[in-house]
Amino acid sequence: MRTVTVVGASLSGLYAARELRAQGFDGRLVIVGDERHRPYDRPPLSKDFLTGRADEEQLALTDAEETAELDAEWLLGTRARGLDARGRTVLLDGGRTVSTDGVVIATGASARRLPGDGLAGVHTLRTLDDARALREELGRGPQRIVVIGGGFIGAETASSCAGLGHTVTVVEAAPLPLVPQLGAEMAAVCAALHRRGGVDLVTGIGVAGLRGTVTVTGVELADGRVLPADIVIVGIGALPNTAWLAGSALTLHDGVLCDDGCVTALPQVVAVGDVARVGGSRAEHWTSATEQPRVAVANLLAGRTTQTARPLPYFWSDQYGARIQFAGRRRDGDNVRIAEGELADGAPAEGGFLALYERDGRTTAVLSVNRPRPFMRVRRELAREESRVVPAAL
Amino acid sequence: MIPVCRLEDLPEGESVRIETTPPIAVFRTEDGELYAIDDTCTHQDASLSEGWLEGCLVECPLHAASFDLRTGLPTCLPARRAVRTHRVTVDDGTVHVHLAAEEGTAA
Repeated sequence: MRTVTVVGASLSGLYAARELRAQGFDGRLVIVGDERHRPYDRPPLSKDFLTGRADEEQLALTDAEETAELDAEWLLGTRARGLDARGRTVLLDGGRTVSTDGVVIATGASARRLPGDGLAGVHTLRTLDDARALREELGRGPQRIVVIGGGFIGAETASSCAGLGHTVTVVEAAPLPLVPQLGAEMAAVCAALHRRGGVDLVTGIGVAGLRGTVTVTGVELADGRVLPADIVIVGIGALPNTAWLAGSALTLHDGVLCDDGCVTALPQVVAVGDVARVGGSRAEHWTSATEQPRVAVANLLAGRTTQTARPLPYFWSDQYGARIQFAGRRRDGDNVRIAEGELADGAPAEGGFLALYERDGRTTAVLSVNRPRPFMRVRRELAREESRVVPAAL
Repeated sequence: MIPVCRLEDLPEGESVRIETTPPIAVFRTEDGELYAIDDTCTHQDASLSEGWLEGCLVECPLHAASFDLRTGLPTCLPARRAVRTHRVTVDDGTVHVHLAAEEGTAA
């Protein structure tokens, strides 16, 4: 391969570029990014960046030295518009094209929008520009904030806003937030963190619409209630950025379909990160975005799938002074046992806790609140167990 | 020079965090060696004293960045910057940390 184009200049795109060089690719490396920023770390955007504890330079994922070593052509502030049927030409904004021998698709996902979210005061939180805009508004003194969606982004943002002294309400359409991720029992425990943080949590009711003409004034719920708001933050999930691939030979279905080795329908096109549906599942986790590129790049350079990537799912969230960490593959019906620490009034007690999800006498997953050390031990055991069990089952 | 704990209170394979500014993590490896480094991962806010100790390497509990206790250098991403290392001595059975900055000014 003489030219490889990485489409997407965020975490997984950067990791793919690093892997290409680390695995010996010495040809022309082109990195296309729709944002004008150099790669930055998104997780702090809803936390330390929003509260002002971290600044932009602390978000940078690369430095000048590494950038020089990568020896790549960076096309930032440039959106990819298409990939030809053979996967040999990437079409860019303004009709420019890049001829390429290999492609790494790392275009990520975009925040889901709500109808009418063009009103002033309505925000999503996905990009640095989003976070800058929200941070600026939050700096204008105490305000009434409604966060739509009680997932991780919503909860972390609500926590940050409450910490800055704003009055915050979280609206969640499901009876409880985070049930698909944590199961009902532990989702209830984590939901209790909102209350402890002084945030109202309204659940089991959808949003009918946003009120306001130029600037948002409130959120109307499905039962007619209106929650007054100066700022509304929409945190209702993300959609994979695949629109630019319409008309390519790739199969798109809630992401770019790949085999277990991140390889698409075309052997010289691989996909990584939030946009990739690898072996049937799409994970919007930081860990997947950093672990998939090694395998994807190896397969790209080999011209076929020689390695597979099925890392143990792992994610974390910092909210209301609690560090939540989860790893493993839980299923509904798993028994949940508090193995260390305890709950107090349905919420994590002072010293946090460690919960094990179990099925047929085996641990399937682990959840920790402020217990990083035992969590890490179980997470490693789960990963080791899985690497032992999977090949034996084949 | 900061007293940390009695040597027998820091078993092999364990670590302890001292609440200096910035905090410092002291490790005793399975081989019995003592090392001290800045406790906060250079990637993001996480305590390395709660990390996974294997040989002379400690893995961050949040994002699996790994640091060499002997040099403070990261051995893998996502960390790119080294943590400071500090000299450790045992005097009359008490573990002491000698802050890197203090050593510099003394010289």
